[in-house]
Amino acid sequence: MATILEFEKPIVELEEKLSDMKALAENNEVDVTTEIKALEEKIEKLKVDTFKHLTRWQIVQLSRHPDRPYALDYIYEMTTDFIELHGDRNVKDDKAMVGGFGSIDGMSFMLIGQQKGRNTKQRQMRNFGMPNPSGYRKALRLMKLAEKFDKPIVCFIDTIGAYPGIEAEERGQAEAIARNLKEMFMLKVPVICIIIGEGASGGALGIAIGDKVVMLENTWYSVISPESCSSILWRSWDQKEQAAEALKLTANDMKKLNLIDDIVEEPLGGAHKDFNLIIGRVKDLIVKETKKLMKLTPEKRIEKRIEKFSKMGSFNE
Amino acid sequence: MSWFKRKEKGITTPTNEKKDSPDGLWEKMPSGKIIHKKQLKENAYVYPDDNYHKRIGSTEYFEILFDNNEFTELDANLTSNDPLKFTDSKSYPERIKDSQKKTGLKDAARTAHGKINGLPLVVCCMDFSFIGGSMGSVVGEKVARAIDYALKTKTPFLMISKSGGARMMEAGLSLMQMAKTSAKLALLSEAKVPYISLMTDPTTGGVTASFAMLGDFNIAEPGALIGFAGPRVIRETIGKDLPKGFQSAEFLLEHGFIDFIVNRVELKTKITTLLQLLAN
Repeated sequence: MATILEFEKPIVELEEKLSDMKALAENNEVDVTTEIKALEEKIEKLKVDTFKHLTRWQIVQLSRHPDRPYALDYIYEMTTDFIELHGDRNVKDDKAMVGGFGSIDGMSFMLIGQQKGRNTKQRQMRNFGMPNPSGYRKALRLMKLAEKFDKPIVCFIDTIGAYPGIEAEERGQAEAIARNLKEMFMLKVPVICIIIGEGASGGALGIAIGDKVVMLENTWYSVISPESCSSILWRSWDQKEQAAEALKLTANDMKKLNLIDDIVEEPLGGAHKDFNLIIGRVKDLIVKETKKLMKLTPEKRIEKRIEKFSKMGSFNE
Repeated sequence: MSWFKRKEKGITTPTNEKKDSPDGLWEKMPSGKIIHKKQLKENAYVYPDDNYHKRIGSTEYFEILFDNNEFTELDANLTSNDPLKFTDSKSYPERIKDSQKKTGLKDAARTAHGKINGLPLVVCCMDFSFIGGSMGSVVGEKVARAIDYALKTKTPFLMISKSGGARMMEAGLSLMQMAKTSAKLALLSEAKVPYISLMTDPTTGGVTASFAMLGDFNIAEPGALIGFAGPRVIRETIGKDLPKGFQSAEFLLEHGFIDFIVNRVELKTKITTLLQLLAN
């Protein structure tokens, strides 16, 4: 059973009506071609209207759609030879963070991402896509490995945050993220970061320092989730829509604020409506941008990476 | 009926008519004991009996650290604007204005260079009294520029953190200050300029997860709360009470994330010794 979001209901109702009409026409041999065509046009128009004018909260809902492609969907679809590499060489293997080598169009990449689960069992195994310090340390180990063998890095960001637990604090969640931020600036190989779903705070940023940072159209990236923002400011989750508006957390907002480089357009209705289309677009972007970045020297890439992030902010002087 | 029971009902004083006790010469510590203000100041705002470290701001830290309280402030005129037009119960510019009035500060961090026991040092100190010491664009930029200054002049850098984390009202912009400051620290590190990170009560969230944890030397004041997630969030997530002393400076020392804990009374001497050891 597909998940239908509240604002998609009018579309789904019309689509049901259309299939009823088609069935009716077939069984009774009545000619309703014009009616069908009119209804089809109406549906298409409604879809365009709905999805081109989403509120920020509706975009947050789409970014969390359980049918959306996750990191491993992108990785396995883009590569034929992906080899997953496990463990932080210290404590354990964090299953909320995945990574390994694989080739795209004949070029080898280090592919890293936060991974969510599709069913209850998987979600538990993946800790709902919330990495522990081991996850960030595994990611850094793999990035260093990529650097050693001179392979570009791609990070897929999709998390509601770094895990807030006792063990996470004992093992230095903050230190793990901070170290990644610092080290990623100095990586000699190209780094491309793509927000494919949710980009919540330091947990997202911990693998999101790149030469190119892009967001898919229906994703969000901010310092806090709308729910947590609402609970801090209004003492309940009820103002999440308002919080989402206030946070300006969509791809368009982030682009306007010069906090990301680009936006990848999603299929109408969201990335989950057409895996091939969205994964194809992301793949093309990776190949194109990597080739561009390869033309620069490592020193130049690092310099530009630092310069880009150094310009972020807004203040009076 | 007890003899001391109030006979007349309804003798209450509305809050606005209640009189504040005048700011006197004595100050009450959380333990209930009182101390003379002058004595507290002379002891670096540490209560001698139980080693309680009172929360203090940049004015006090600069006074404690810099020789004769002489220093040159950097970028003193950076102020926040309102890039997101953020409004909750108050608009963000109003909140800033109120905080400025209340604290006499421009934002939640001040940066300066001067000498401690004759050794040059660049210091950035956060002010918790200004919107919870939260980091927005101004704090991020000030930290970044202080590091630039340290880099240019090859002067050691001391960061005194005291913050609830990133500032929500600047959302994505606040988040990127974590990246910006870490980038600058990467450069400082490459240039082999010493960086000391002092974590004081409290240091949490995006501040801990960026510059606070990136010191060549991570040090902390006794009893300071230091963590990534706030205790309330963790308690709600795991549905259990937290162990005693969880996320304290001592807890972090035990788990290997801090080099040493320093009593504020000894802060200046300890930093001086450390800098001398590196310079000799």
